[in-house]
Amino acid sequence: MPRPLTYHRPPFWRRPQLRAWLLQALLLAAVLGGIAYLFDNALANLARQGIASGFGFWNERAGFGIDVSLIAYDASSSYGRAFLVGLLNTLLLSALGIVFATLLGFVIGVARLSSNWLIRQWAAVYIETIRNVPLLLQIFFWYFAVLRPLPQPREAIELFGLAFLSNRGLVVPRPLLEPGFGWLLAALAAGLIGCLLLRGLLRRRAPGLRRWPWMLALLLGPAALVLLITGLPLGWELPEFQRFNFRGGLTLTPEFVALLVALATYTAAFIAEIVRAGIQSVGRGQREAAYSLGLPPALTLRKVILPQAMRVIVPPLTNQYLNLTKNSSLAAAIAYPDLVSVFAGTVLNQTGQAVEVIGVTMAVYLTISLAIAAAMNLYNRRVALVER
Amino acid sequence: MAMPRQSTPLAWLRANLFSSPLNTLLTLLGLWLLWLVVPPLLQWAWLAADFVGTSRADCRSGGACWVFVREHLPQFLYGFYPAGERWRVNLGIGLLLVLALPLLVPRLRQFRRGWVLALLAYPFVAGWLFYGGLGLPVVPTARWGGLFLTLVIAGSGMAAALPLGILLALGRRSELPVVRAVCTVFIELWRGVPLITVLFMASVMLPLFMPAGVSLDKLLRALIGVAMFAGAYMAEVIRGGLQGVPAGQVEAARALGLSYWQQMRLVVLPQALTMVIPGIVNVFIALFKDTSLVLIIGLFDLLGIVQAAVTSPDWLGFTREGYLFAAAVFWVICYGMSRISRRLERRLDTTADRQQEMA
Repeated sequence: MPRPLTYHRPPFWRRPQLRAWLLQALLLAAVLGGIAYLFDNALANLARQGIASGFGFWNERAGFGIDVSLIAYDASSSYGRAFLVGLLNTLLLSALGIVFATLLGFVIGVARLSSNWLIRQWAAVYIETIRNVPLLLQIFFWYFAVLRPLPQPREAIELFGLAFLSNRGLVVPRPLLEPGFGWLLAALAAGLIGCLLLRGLLRRRAPGLRRWPWMLALLLGPAALVLLITGLPLGWELPEFQRFNFRGGLTLTPEFVALLVALATYTAAFIAEIVRAGIQSVGRGQREAAYSLGLPPALTLRKVILPQAMRVIVPPLTNQYLNLTKNSSLAAAIAYPDLVSVFAGTVLNQTGQAVEVIGVTMAVYLTISLAIAAAMNLYNRRVALVER
Repeated sequence: MAMPRQSTPLAWLRANLFSSPLNTLLTLLGLWLLWLVVPPLLQWAWLAADFVGTSRADCRSGGACWVFVREHLPQFLYGFYPAGERWRVNLGIGLLLVLALPLLVPRLRQFRRGWVLALLAYPFVAGWLFYGGLGLPVVPTARWGGLFLTLVIAGSGMAAALPLGILLALGRRSELPVVRAVCTVFIELWRGVPLITVLFMASVMLPLFMPAGVSLDKLLRALIGVAMFAGAYMAEVIRGGLQGVPAGQVEAARALGLSYWQQMRLVVLPQALTMVIPGIVNVFIALFKDTSLVLIIGLFDLLGIVQAAVTSPDWLGFTREGYLFAAAVFWVICYGMSRISRRLERRLDTTADRQQEMA
């Protein structure tokens, strides 16, 4: 006689739900306990060393100078002001670096796919050389081996009579904004907004219409009108050598130039590979199909290849922008006053408040990273919607 | 890019260099660049360079002064490691190369179990060899430097990052919300900040977190920072591999009655890890290049010691030679690793067909 099948309830400690719950409680306790323990240690250590805690230092007088600043700053400004100066310098360096790296990266990426053998090899050599050498080494190279040994301002290297390169840095013409400049900007902005509105309208009302002449007229029309009324509200102040140094013009310090060149050329090598992969990801059939529909090559590139390639290119491209921004912190190594150099360097040394200062610095980079990641996700969702 | 097969060199030239006016122009541009770069470089680095001598007085010909590199070579390789003890470094690095052989020579793979054990024991043996104790004279980490220190930081960073990354990646894909949240926050925290702030944190903040009386070695602190940083990047690479393992594999493993860790160890991870070998190598290459940042917190890795040499009063001004040497070393190692990864990838059959299947 077969025994009746009975279901044995497993003992309570083997139930999956309970185990999951227990495991998570343990992990949470370990993490919180660990953090509490570290903070307890930190508080005790700070108290023993007589270091203040909290953000009381933020409004205190900094007492040190910064040689590159986008906003008014001197030694009597506060630590908070110094933080702002560093942050703006980081953003300036990153923004310019991103622009140049993108331009150079796209050119080299396309050259990597050129039908010309020699150009293709040049692009490959550039990419493989730059990618496999540390960025810090390249920054040092540009700064200590190229820019610092340059001649004195007296024998500066002249570039087209407009800019001068010497061991004090690169002096370029300074744009002078005259009163009407604000109006010009406003007119351009108005044109841009008008364009975006018109585009939506035309797309719905007149889908067959050739849109770009109207758009162009609307974009540049108001600005041209303002120009006619005010004359060009922009002048240039040319640098001029006087006795010991240059007067006038805009001086870019050697540190800034070295960082900009190194960051742009380094990131460009990575961007070039991304661009190449993006273009190669579009199947050959797409191009052939476009040709057989009678599209000319330029239109094929613009309407068929690029939109599909961009979908592959943009996510890793933003990643590179993010990397460039984070890499700009290497400025600290050659004393360009970026966020890390000013805040996590000088301010930290003066106040000794390591926890607050490093915490704020990391929070800034984290915020930038998360913001760009969020924007990326948004873009991905938009692109995904277009897909059919 | 597919050109019909050309039979003569002339035809090849016409197809690849002079197929159109624009193409001809590009070729001329390329040749001009070549003429601009190669002859001066050759002249400086070889024809007009000084190779023999002992001091800067021997460098008079105006070209590169390779005497500088030759004189400093032991320092560049070993830092301030005592000359009489350098065999320990050589032995330790040599052991690692022997251990890496099974990766390159397929026939040696039958000794897999012994190999894994040796690999696990290696860090302890190497640590003993490098640091000393137990019969060997102690060499404090402050004297470590040069390429040796670079290899130590990159190697131990990688050795720590791989298991850490696997755990974090599994945690981020866990079904338990708390585990998932903790791992996600940890990963994003480290990935969102530059390595230099991590190193600053390791050098100035970490001592504050230690209980009174406990102080960590400066190198050890840097290693902890590097390991956390690399672990977070590794986790994201491995997560990509985990996502590539078809769900049916886990379901089948569960149906066989395997526990969670058995499922991961026997079924999921072997597939996931082989799939992301290129990504893992990329993390390693990035880590290897990033080790140069430790000079900012006062450790003398290869770049740090070159920098110290070019700014020393006796040899002021030989920056180009110094940097070129360091760049060449970094380049050879990084490029070599990327080539090895490409070979491994091909041999482990992780490429085209499977990835296309997933796409």
